[in-house]
Amino acid sequence: MFNREEIKKSFLVSLWFMFLTFPIMVIRVNTIYNRVEWRWDRLLMIGIGSFLLSFVWRYFIKRKEAGIQKADAGDGNETPLVQRILTTPKIYYPSLAVIVALAVAFPFISSMYQTNIMTTALIYVMLGLGINIVVGLAGLLDLGYVAFYAVGAYAYALLNYHYQLSFWIVLPIGAALGALFGILLGFPVLRLRGDYLAIVTLGFGEIIRLVLENWNAFSFGPSGIANIPRPGFFGFKFSLPEVTIYIYFVMLVLVVFTIFVVNRLENSRIGRAWIALREDEVACQAMGIDKTRTKLTAFSLGATWAGMVGVVFAAKTTFINPASFTIWESIIILCVVVLGGMGSILGVILGALVLILLPEYLRAFSEYRMLIFGTMLVLMMVFRPGGIVTNVRRTYKFKAEDAG
Amino acid sequence: MEYFLELFLGGLTRGSIYALIALGYTMVYGIIQLINFAHGEIYMIGAFTALIVSGVLSMMGWPTLAILVIAAFVAVVYSAAYGYTVEKIAYKPLRQAPRLSALISAIGMSLFLQNYVLLAQTSDFLPYPGLIPDFQWLKPWEHVVRSTEVVIYLTTTTVMVLLTILIKFTKIGKAMRATAQDRAMAMLVGVDVNRVISMTFIVGSATAAIGGVLIASHIGQINFYIGFIAGIKAFVAAVLGGIGSIPGAVLGSLVLGWTESFFTGYISSDYEDVFAFIFLVLILIFRPAGILGRSESQKV
Repeated sequence: MFNREEIKKSFLVSLWFMFLTFPIMVIRVNTIYNRVEWRWDRLLMIGIGSFLLSFVWRYFIKRKEAGIQKADAGDGNETPLVQRILTTPKIYYPSLAVIVALAVAFPFISSMYQTNIMTTALIYVMLGLGINIVVGLAGLLDLGYVAFYAVGAYAYALLNYHYQLSFWIVLPIGAALGALFGILLGFPVLRLRGDYLAIVTLGFGEIIRLVLENWNAFSFGPSGIANIPRPGFFGFKFSLPEVTIYIYFVMLVLVVFTIFVVNRLENSRIGRAWIALREDEVACQAMGIDKTRTKLTAFSLGATWAGMVGVVFAAKTTFINPASFTIWESIIILCVVVLGGMGSILGVILGALVLILLPEYLRAFSEYRMLIFGTMLVLMMVFRPGGIVTNVRRTYKFKAEDAG
Repeated sequence: MEYFLELFLGGLTRGSIYALIALGYTMVYGIIQLINFAHGEIYMIGAFTALIVSGVLSMMGWPTLAILVIAAFVAVVYSAAYGYTVEKIAYKPLRQAPRLSALISAIGMSLFLQNYVLLAQTSDFLPYPGLIPDFQWLKPWEHVVRSTEVVIYLTTTTVMVLLTILIKFTKIGKAMRATAQDRAMAMLVGVDVNRVISMTFIVGSATAAIGGVLIASHIGQINFYIGFIAGIKAFVAAVLGGIGSIPGAVLGSLVLGWTESFFTGYISSDYEDVFAFIFLVLILIFRPAGILGRSESQKV
């Protein structure tokens, strides 16, 4: 590993990166005051950092290649640890009970601030589960997912502003509007394949945001809508700490509901159709699956959850503007699914908790958040495309006695 | 009539810049069927590098023309180096992976490069030095066309001609066309496919850098975010012309530039970006292969 050849290679890599990052990392020009700032210490850091990282990089690339060879030879059949836990009732049920107990007790044992953060994380869990239907199960890369989230949030804000409709009435309306917009987007993109689809959905998301920003008469433009009421409980009004806990529980119930529905969907006829569509469109059609209907249901059922959770978001923050719904929000939601594991429900939940909670607790790194997200997307795709919890496909195994 | 001419030339300027970026998209797509999301970022890095170099040199008191040439040259070299490195890190390990993986990796790379420039430099808009001199002979027409625009037309045309020569008549160009047609077959007849792909990224990134330097001197300011929207629009142009086709990318860029220019000039400027996206959706629905692209039937 550390022979001369390798050290020479890493040395060259570090020289290359020092050259590459030189102008942007080292020099900063102030054209107004005519000053140049030289930051040589950074060059040293880049050199040492890339020297060490190149060893790590090569080690993992080698490991990955060895893994592929092993899988080709047919030794790749070990069940992953997580999957074993999920399928062993003795471990699964007690751990589920502990998690439920912790989730219920959480707002009472921690501060209001932390409850708020946890609610945000739950919002992302739900968004992740929604986009997981479209990206993870049906294999349609949707970069405009945040548009449906915006539809839900603006539905609550505007319906409340004009008609004083309450949170609980708008919640199903938001979900329905999400589904409707899902179908509206789905129709034009039915014929498109993978990467075209990604760009068109990205365009769709940006169109919705730009319309919200420019159509002042409808959406109040970039200044957004303030003083959106928090949810009540049959006319009962809560104080601020109480309503924080209340929203947390509303979110918790919604997430459990989502998990239940998504889990049932995954193993249903339509869920199998989505997976078949993801694997091979042509073969899927040859098996008699209606491609149009399957794609449209994926879009609308995925968008439903975003519409619903958008309503909760508007009620939680009490202020929304188009800046909350940029393309980067869509990409963060995509990160949740990619990190967690595409197609795996447990993975999405873990992914959302890690991605939303870690930056909150590591405030020192907050400005590096998007940088780290970008790096993570690349590294996950290169080294572990399945995510933290790789979704295990349903397989049938023949045992020796069955065969005989 | 004069207003029309102004909009026409403005559209030509936009179109030329889009064309310089769209070429990189279309070349990369032609060879490895990947939408290189990070391409817009490469263009932004080119513009930033030129800004930094020209800033340093102008403080040393170099003559303007020398600064312009050196800054543009360094920007091209660095953009090409970034393009090459991005390909090696984010796309090469994913050659055999599903296309969705490579696309997500490209998005990650774009996010990374944007934030890298944001953190290492600044989030503010930086004023860009006007390096391109005012031509005296252009004085009478100054109100319709600026001298930067003339430079943009000339440079774009030169780059197009050179690129066509590179692809049509050189050995590496032939290898590129072979790889685009059938990668496995090209490998069998002895084309070093990895080298060809690297070369494509280098050439595409270098043209994007030229676009970056030109547009930044034309508009007069840059920040870390300029790559994203320019990248998307150039992509629209590449798709409009027929992705994978080089004359198509140029034609698509010009059409997009003119339509945008006339639309904002005669109708409304609020929805400029919305318009580009709607345009993209409409093309993909009605003519997914683009103006010059051949529609391919999917083989099983």
